[in-house]
Amino acid sequence: MSDAPAAPVIPGLLELALTFNKIAIASFGGGLSAWSREVVVVERKWMSEEEFLSALTICRILPGANQVNLAVFVGVKFHGVLGAIAACVGLTFVPVLIVLAMGWFYFTYREVPAMKSVLRGMTAAAVAMTLAMAIKTGRKCLRGPIPVALFVAMFALSALLRLHLAVSLAICGPIALWWAWPRGKKEAA
Amino acid sequence: MAARKKGGGMNARTLLNLVAVFGSLSILSIGGGNTVLPQMHLDAVKHYGWLTDSQFADVFAISQAAPGPSILIVTLIGYKAAGWIGALVATVAMILPAGLLVYFTARFWNSAKDAAWRHAVEKGFAPLTVGLVLASGVIVAKSADHGYRQWALTAVATVIFTCTKTNPLAVVSAAGLLGWLGVV
Repeated sequence: MSDAPAAPVIPGLLELALTFNKIAIASFGGGLSAWSREVVVVERKWMSEEEFLSALTICRILPGANQVNLAVFVGVKFHGVLGAIAACVGLTFVPVLIVLAMGWFYFTYREVPAMKSVLRGMTAAAVAMTLAMAIKTGRKCLRGPIPVALFVAMFALSALLRLHLAVSLAICGPIALWWAWPRGKKEAA
Repeated sequence: MAARKKGGGMNARTLLNLVAVFGSLSILSIGGGNTVLPQMHLDAVKHYGWLTDSQFADVFAISQAAPGPSILIVTLIGYKAAGWIGALVATVAMILPAGLLVYFTARFWNSAKDAAWRHAVEKGFAPLTVGLVLASGVIVAKSADHGYRQWALTAVATVIFTCTKTNPLAVVSAAGLLGWLGVV
């Protein structure tokens, strides 16, 4: 019996940790944001598309590694401080071991493990995953001239002009909020 | 976790320095971990001499290649400065201060479920985030020196990701295999 179709799924601490571990391990070659969306939104349905995207930008504004921040953000949503720790440990524990193993090898034999060519291929796929994420999420939220203009402006400011994130957001953020503010009772200034 | 006993006092001081350096870089890293790389280089190479210039570059490459957050470059710097314990201390110092800030922000965010401003941020920031995601894909491709073969592979993979339900892991593995075979 499924009386509530949109019943929120509350993952346990172990599930949080294992899920973020999976996200981290899958991201060989990059594309961590795309992997996070793939698992958190599409596979587990822990967040809606809009909730995830806004969380992602909040995590980019705040100091710290974006993906660690996102893990903390998702963890807090379900289990407060313990959830944050579980997600964070899940995201970093195995990667730390891998990076240490690679570093130990490097410092012992003075050589970067010969995996450059494999990585070239994987990075190409990771870039594709990031582009595909932009297409998939864009199809849902870029409806109408204003959101499209906001999207183009943000892309141009950060990819072409290479402005600092804080500057790009200071330019586009207020317009975005003005556009998205719920209308009805009161008009936002 | 066995720390190498090599002059205990010296080691304790190094650990404190690691905490000071990465704890403050954690708070300074607005916009992501990569924004503080120049300062990290200054502290770790020029000021404390934990590693050399070329080691810093190699360690950066390793942390980019490994899975997981790229900020794990601090794990390797900590390891080089003070062994296994240094690796642990540097990693925690880099994550904890920013993590606390995110923790309080997320709690505030979750307590404002029905606030008008939260709806505005969720709806309004979505197009901005899509722009940022596209930008980060392009920037990564540029910095990885994407040649035309890699772009071709990226294009094919993008179509597969967008139009089919193929497991992404299979595509990434196949791309790695193509790289290993020297196709890209």
